[in-house]
Formats: sequence, C-alpha cells, structure tokens
Amino acid sequence: MMDENTRQRIQTEVDTNDVLLFMKGTPVFPQCGFSAAVIQVLSHLQVKFNSVNVLEDMDIREGIKHYSDWPTIPQLYVKGEFVGGCDIIREMFETGELSTFLAEKGIELSSEA
Amino acid sequence: MPMESSEIEALIKESFPDAHVEIEDLRGDGDHYAATVVSSAFIGKTKVKQHQMVYAALKGRMGNELHALALQTSPPNTTN
Repeated sequence: MMDENTRQRIQTEVDTNDVLLFMKGTPVFPQCGFSAAVIQVLSHLQVKFNSVNVLEDMDIREGIKHYSDWPTIPQLYVKGEFVGGCDIIREMFETGELSTFLAEKGIELSSEA
Repeated sequence: MPMESSEIEALIKESFPDAHVEIEDLRGDGDHYAATVVSSAFIGKTKVKQHQMVYAALKGRMGNELHALALQTSPPNTTN
C-alpha cells in the first residue's frame, strides 16, 4: 500500500495540473511504447499537459496504481479525474471522444485557438 | 514471466461467464497480448470501470506477470 505522504504528493500533482500524465520517461524521451502512444495523441491534439516520470520515483510509481486502482502506467488525469490508460486514451482519440471530453472540461486545444 | 493466452482467457471467463473473449498474442512471445472482451457485465459502466473489472478478474497479474495487455471492452450489441 502507499503511505500518506505519497498519496498527498500524488493528490497535489493531480490537483494542480489540469492535464497530467503519469508516464515512463519524459515527453521527449518516453521509455515505454504505451507512454509514447499517449504522448503522440496529446501532441497531435496540441493539448498543453504536464507529466510525471514515474521511473524517477519508486513511491509514485507504485502509489499511483493504488491511487486510481489501475495497474498500469501511463495514466492520464484531467481536472483531477482519472481518464484512462493507453488503450482508453487511444480509443477515445480514434472515436473523437477525447477532443469532446477535453473541450467539455474546458481544456484548450491550441489547434482550435 | 510470460503467461499463456489460455490462462488469461480462463481468468476472464471465470469472472464474466457470458463473455466473448478474443486474445491475440501480438508478438508470439507470451508477453504482449491484445484482448477483446464483450460482456453484458459492462452495460452502463464507464470504460475505466470496464477495464478495472477485467484487471480485477486477472487478479493482480496485470502490470506484473502480464506486462502488456491491450484491452478493448464493450457491452454486447454495440458497434465498438
């Protein structure tokens, strides 16, 4: 399980970033194909987002799985809500649902600005 | 540690007896799978919830023995 300090750190990250991706590696150097796939979608939609590299922090890496009850990374959060992992994000992108969802959440897509 | 696709299917069917399950071994290495699960248990559930239900059925193997399982879930009779 995760300690209170880790939970609090995750909560703060999720609360203070409108679009937040927990991933392996960085947007420029993703270190896992699934993380890379989500980065590709977000870049394509020109969404401004922040990311947390879980490979740099073992507590976050394990803690985030308990936080969302989701066993894998990447994990995307929008306005505090867990949206999904790679499969869901990819599916939502392909159906156009993701742009709609982001728009509804008031997230600016630069392509539409 | 790789997992047999039959084992994955059995675990899913155990939790979703009505499910239609298709599993594809993407690289033939027993470590990268794609699964499609269609079950009435998913009716009215969000995608996140649907996937969480499948992960629960896999009893902690997802993210451990099972590194990569691309998941697609849907209730029956949808175009998805």
